[in-house]
Amino acid sequence: MSIAESEARLLSTEHTGDIAGSRMREAFRQLRRNPVAILGAALITLFVVVAVFAPWLAPHSPTAGDLSQITLSHVPGPSAEHPLGLDTQGRDELSRIIYGARASLLIGVVSLSLGALVGMLIGALAGGLGGWVDSLLMRLMDIMLAVPGLLFAIAVAAVLQPSLRSVMIAIAVVNVPVFARLLRASMIGQRHSDYVLAARSIGVRRWRIIVGHVLPNSLAPVIVQGTLSLATAIIDAAGLAFLGLGSADPSVPEWGRMLADTQQYLQSAPQLALFPGLAIVVSVLGFNLLGDALREALDPKLRR
Amino acid sequence: MVLLSVEDLHVTFSHRGRRELRAVDGVSFQVEPGATVGLVGESGCGKSVTSLAIMGLLPPRGAHVKGAVRFDGEDLLQLPPAQLRALRGRELAMVFQDPQTSLNPVLTIGRQVTEVLERHRGLRGDEAKREAAALLDRVGIPDAGRRLKDYPHQLSGGMRQRVMIAIALACKPRLLIADEPTTALDVTIQAQILELLKELVADTGTALVMITHDLGVVAGLCDEVHVMYSGRIVESADRRGLFGAPRHPYTTGLLASVPRLDSPRGVPLRPIPGSPRDTLAWAEGCAFAPRCTRRVEACTTTAPDLVVDAVTRHPVRCYNPWPPGGEPVATSERKKRLT
Amino acid sequence: MLKFVVRRLLLLVPILVGLSILVFAWVRALPGGPEAALLGERATPERVAQVRHEFGLDRPLYEQYASYIGKVVQGDFGQSIKTTRPVLDDIQTKFPATIELALAALLFAVLLGIPLGFLAARRYQTWVDNSSLVGSLLGISVPVFFLAYLLKYVFAVKLNWLPSTGRLDAIRDVAHPTGFYTLDAVLTRDWGAFTDAVRHLVLPGIALGTIPLAIVTRITRAAVLEVTNEDYVRTAEAKGLTRRVVNGRHVLRNAMLPVATVVGLQTGLLLSGAVLTEIVFAWPGMGSWLYEATFNRDFPVLEGGILFLAVVFVLVNLLVDISYGVLDPRIRLQGR
Repeated sequence: MSIAESEARLLSTEHTGDIAGSRMREAFRQLRRNPVAILGAALITLFVVVAVFAPWLAPHSPTAGDLSQITLSHVPGPSAEHPLGLDTQGRDELSRIIYGARASLLIGVVSLSLGALVGMLIGALAGGLGGWVDSLLMRLMDIMLAVPGLLFAIAVAAVLQPSLRSVMIAIAVVNVPVFARLLRASMIGQRHSDYVLAARSIGVRRWRIIVGHVLPNSLAPVIVQGTLSLATAIIDAAGLAFLGLGSADPSVPEWGRMLADTQQYLQSAPQLALFPGLAIVVSVLGFNLLGDALREALDPKLRR
Repeated sequence: MVLLSVEDLHVTFSHRGRRELRAVDGVSFQVEPGATVGLVGESGCGKSVTSLAIMGLLPPRGAHVKGAVRFDGEDLLQLPPAQLRALRGRELAMVFQDPQTSLNPVLTIGRQVTEVLERHRGLRGDEAKREAAALLDRVGIPDAGRRLKDYPHQLSGGMRQRVMIAIALACKPRLLIADEPTTALDVTIQAQILELLKELVADTGTALVMITHDLGVVAGLCDEVHVMYSGRIVESADRRGLFGAPRHPYTTGLLASVPRLDSPRGVPLRPIPGSPRDTLAWAEGCAFAPRCTRRVEACTTTAPDLVVDAVTRHPVRCYNPWPPGGEPVATSERKKRLT
Repeated sequence: MLKFVVRRLLLLVPILVGLSILVFAWVRALPGGPEAALLGERATPERVAQVRHEFGLDRPLYEQYASYIGKVVQGDFGQSIKTTRPVLDDIQTKFPATIELALAALLFAVLLGIPLGFLAARRYQTWVDNSSLVGSLLGISVPVFFLAYLLKYVFAVKLNWLPSTGRLDAIRDVAHPTGFYTLDAVLTRDWGAFTDAVRHLVLPGIALGTIPLAIVTRITRAAVLEVTNEDYVRTAEAKGLTRRVVNGRHVLRNAMLPVATVVGLQTGLLLSGAVLTEIVFAWPGMGSWLYEATFNRDFPVLEGGILFLAVVFVLVNLLVDISYGVLDPRIRLQGR
């Protein structure tokens, strides 16, 4: 959240013309030539494919384990049978990593969509209606932003029963004020732009201007923010799982939880911390790379 | 002795993935000590790029400069960067177009004046401040001593341009380049600033290169004028020659498109058709040909050279120039008044 | 300037009131309620009722809130259910620990990030610039707790160069007048303790500072690129100032405006990351303290601690806005 928010504050997109469609096309053309974007898209594709096809890709069951080979001082490392070795419960590490992508992707996508949807609704109401509705909603968003992101998510998750659904809700709630402020700022920025004034001068109704012109032109920052927020959502979900606020069932593979479970084995089996950690880095990096490339493509100010 | 001699200056811009752009294409001219020379043309003709190239202020990447810029006999383009820095601000100075953005918003104007004095005249502390106040006073800033503590945003546009001029003339440079110094200002202020510049360069014996699109500025100020189009000089003349006997259709076009208080009633303004974008590459003919009313066949095959006109004795780059005097009413009327 | 600060402070009031309501409501929404935390699941209804009365939990919510706020305003945050220590006492020892860690992280980020960002901008679109871009994107993609694990494993477990738990070696016994151990060591001239405290700060500081480092680097780069194209930098060049003066006085000074804001915005990130970092490195700060309290349903600690952190967060943001005014005369001198 804070990354995107802080950069957005400096590099906020300026909209001067009603060119949403052509800008998107131009941006897309630029993206296809940008190695950063291609690498990002490739990592995201890998992540999504692994998550969707987990049952076919995983060589073993992610939940059934054989405890007979495990002691506190010895956890079997990589072998032909288990390419990434076994975890502390004697389960196949590779299969757990593969299944872990599912939880990660699901939480990321659902929590972000939910948060962005509610946030944009609030932002559109505030920006569209103005007046006391605007003030009230925005003060509310300020209060939500006054609690640092992950702390807020921890607080929300603590109230709900521990489950993946709670994690999604917690992260969605954290995203609401971010998108609300973003959309509102973008709408207000366009309120005095030439094309909105032109549309108003020929008598187009307010909501038609908002839906037909202002919203499409606000999409660029929302898309950029969405991509970057997805990265943050995955990291935060892993953080919550790391803190034991993820799924109630410890056998459900979650990267963050897997990392936390190896705390006592850091000496004897450091690979168990390494693999889930790398899995998180790779998937998050994909979204950050693409998000960065998107911003560069969609923000005319960054182009030189 | 010539002070500044620009010889066959070429500037091309190239950016990765984009076509090379020739901004300045073989420009040569000279400036005598204490003289005032005008460089005139529409925006995009290369006059500002020429001035930045003289100062060595073009971005190091992307801009390629060829030719020579001799200042006092020494080629500035060959000078090591550190030596050029030592000259800039002391021997050569520049005033830019927009005083709004040309002053640093987070430094007091006093600081922005004293830093030149520190750098080039070795003044320090109170001494530098006193001198800065004196300089601001000289460019007509009231209550200069107290103004030192002000920030640029607290001054009006005209005052800011006065500060810029004070900075530029702080070390009594031998050459001052003024790039459209009045364009961003109110009309009433424009005349004051021009008057100030004229007075100061006369006092200090500084040579002035005035970059402008405004022939009115040139008429009141310059001894000598070079008209530029699409990166090349198309006509050079002294002030009287230019206004009295303009030859190049672009020059006459510029003259006819400027409203003047002294033009006779009933004579309509005639803007030059088209825009500076409708040019021909010099390799394919005369760049002005697509907009020219006196175009002949040769114009679109090979570019004309800059040749000294037999009658008026000043250089013109045209196959079919206006005959001296046989040209639009407005200008011949004006000729009488000017001579 | 004063008017600006006062107005900003007044704007804080509704936010703080809303925040206190939010925290208050949140604690009461925790599953099982505070009494479950006190008595466990198998308490008799009579015992539960007795405890609820003791803590005033049987009164209407608005009354509870009113008395809670009344006490908070007087500086009384109640006492921990678990340890019965006053919450404020705990804050006094935990808060400096977290701030010391956060400052170490910020120092790391700023001291490295600003030069790196400046260099990247100066070498725009060269390999230096590109690797700084990839590096900073990688930096924001690494979860704090994973980086903490890596650092701990490499530098503490394998190489044994640096300590990886706590703020000082256990055997050390020193006075703590301020609670900032490095500052305490300087004040008491205990240089052994100072080195020890700094050594304990290195790994958690780097773990927590890496994301801010990535962000500061990128913002500095973007800001320097933008400022370099400003007319006043061209003016500075035209004055013939030395490269050092142009870069320092004209480019960097102006580029610092956005960087200062962004550094301020890192506070939230630092506080969030502190929870995870403190847990991995057994750092006795606010993060691990509140984390434990969440599991213990220690509601006075949660109410007091979170409210305190939020107030700090909001105040820091205010400070950032003010510092912006100090750096930028256009804001400082508004209305003059």
